[in-house]
Amino acid sequence: MTSTTLAPRWHEMPPGAVVRELGNSASIDRSDWRLERPVRDQEKCIRCRLCWIYCPDGAVLELDKPYINRNGRRYEVTYEFDYRLCKGCGICAEECTVKAITMVPEAL
Amino acid sequence: MTLASTRVKVATANEAAAEAVKDVDVDVVAIYPITPQTTVVEKIAEFVANGDLDAELIYVESEHSAMSALIGASACGARAFTSTSSQGLIYMHEVLHIASGMRLPLVMCVAMRALSAPISIWNDHSDLMSVRDSGWVIYVASSAQEVYDTTVMAYRLAEDPEVLLPVMVAYDGFIASHTAEPFEPAGRERALELSPKRRTWSRLDPDSPITMGTITSPEYYYEFKYQQVVAMEKALEKARELERAAQRVLGRSYGLIETYKIEDADVALLVMGSYWDNARLAVDEARRRGTRAGALRLRLYRPFPLEELERALRGVSVLGVVDRAISYGARPSGPIALEIAASIGRRLDLSLVSIVAGLGQRTVTVEDLTELAVSLENARGARDAHLVTRFYGVRGL
Ligand code: SF4
Ligand code: SF4
Repeated sequence: MTSTTLAPRWHEMPPGAVVRELGNSASIDRSDWRLERPVRDQEKCIRCRLCWIYCPDGAVLELDKPYINRNGRRYEVTYEFDYRLCKGCGICAEECTVKAITMVPEAL
Repeated sequence: MTLASTRVKVATANEAAAEAVKDVDVDVVAIYPITPQTTVVEKIAEFVANGDLDAELIYVESEHSAMSALIGASACGARAFTSTSSQGLIYMHEVLHIASGMRLPLVMCVAMRALSAPISIWNDHSDLMSVRDSGWVIYVASSAQEVYDTTVMAYRLAEDPEVLLPVMVAYDGFIASHTAEPFEPAGRERALELSPKRRTWSRLDPDSPITMGTITSPEYYYEFKYQQVVAMEKALEKARELERAAQRVLGRSYGLIETYKIEDADVALLVMGSYWDNARLAVDEARRRGTRAGALRLRLYRPFPLEELERALRGVSVLGVVDRAISYGARPSGPIALEIAASIGRRLDLSLVSIVAGLGQRTVTVEDLTELAVSLENARGARDAHLVTRFYGVRGL
């Protein structure tokens, strides 16, 4: 049987399994679920925000961090990953129209 | 009760259920037709159309949706109701577990009916027996009056903060659902006195948000299920108190089981639902023929009133359990007989006889029940009688 000594006892849990503490998923470390991690090429990224929209885990961060690419084009935002939240589903890589995201095996 | 009383109505159990829904001021009703339940929700729609009940009616496209809609309504804090039968109950089986797991105090009437195939729109208890482990409190009523009273009482039990379980009020399709008899509605004032509207359960509220219906991991699931076990134990205690409260407010109560001439009985027949009247007549007839018979009726089926049953059966040497459903391949094959064999076991000095009868509303007369009661004498002292089920009335047996 799994050792669950740190988990609450039956009478300490809310009936009906309601969750009273909102946004608690942000505190769950999902990094160990991952087989592959998304890696973004900031040069290719056109800041379209699709990965931010599609990520089911809120693991794509939109940062107020200007970026100037090699052609001198300036963007006001930069997208990065929060690898603590990313579970490696690959949706962002699938949705990115310019193929700026590559899924790389965790082992590498 | 006299018909001269202004309050007395002549109605079917279905109409009595609708009347109770009106009197406890239900907020949301999911409506879907299935024989023989349909006239319950038709009557409720009529009450709403006439302004007698201020409720939101949701015309759903299936029983699965009916229960799902009620789960949503109850999660928002509404007092919710629906009614079903047979395949409809089975179709909502998946969602029944969600209602009880979410601890939502829904109330549903079940006009019991046989299951397909072959298709039968007539009565037996196969539908109810198939959902007995869905975590709902289950009452089985035997008259229109009892259907009314129990539906009113059900809200108080369901919404008790120490219980918070959904409740089914079952009764026999057609035999009760479509047979008119006199009954006396308590009226809204008394119904709400017995079952006042209290928002005792966790519900969705934009000002104080929570999440409901989540996924759990293996570390948590079992504890939530154990909470339901404890809630059922609490429900048994509260159901006993509820009978006293009903007596006080409605002037009527039934007990968790009812007995007839059981005190000095050698043999007894146990039935549920509308066989109760005939069983009592059969007891009188069996006694005239020299068998000291008695009868019992299970009114509360979940949680199982074992203590009441044991107390009533002291001194009885043969108990015949009449099941109107089959647990295929089980020994005994009657679900209630099986349960009594398991729970009472050797604790009482009793031979148990499992009888399956009345499937698909095959007529079981007073004469049949009398014959069954008298025949119980043969099983006196037979310790393994329960391993064989008597499929009463099957041609060729
Ligand atoms: S791999 Fe999945 S979880 Fe990770 S950032 Fe992309 S979409 Fe989000
Ligand atoms: S979808 Fe691709 S291009 Fe668009 S913001 Fe994300 S990484 Fe950049």
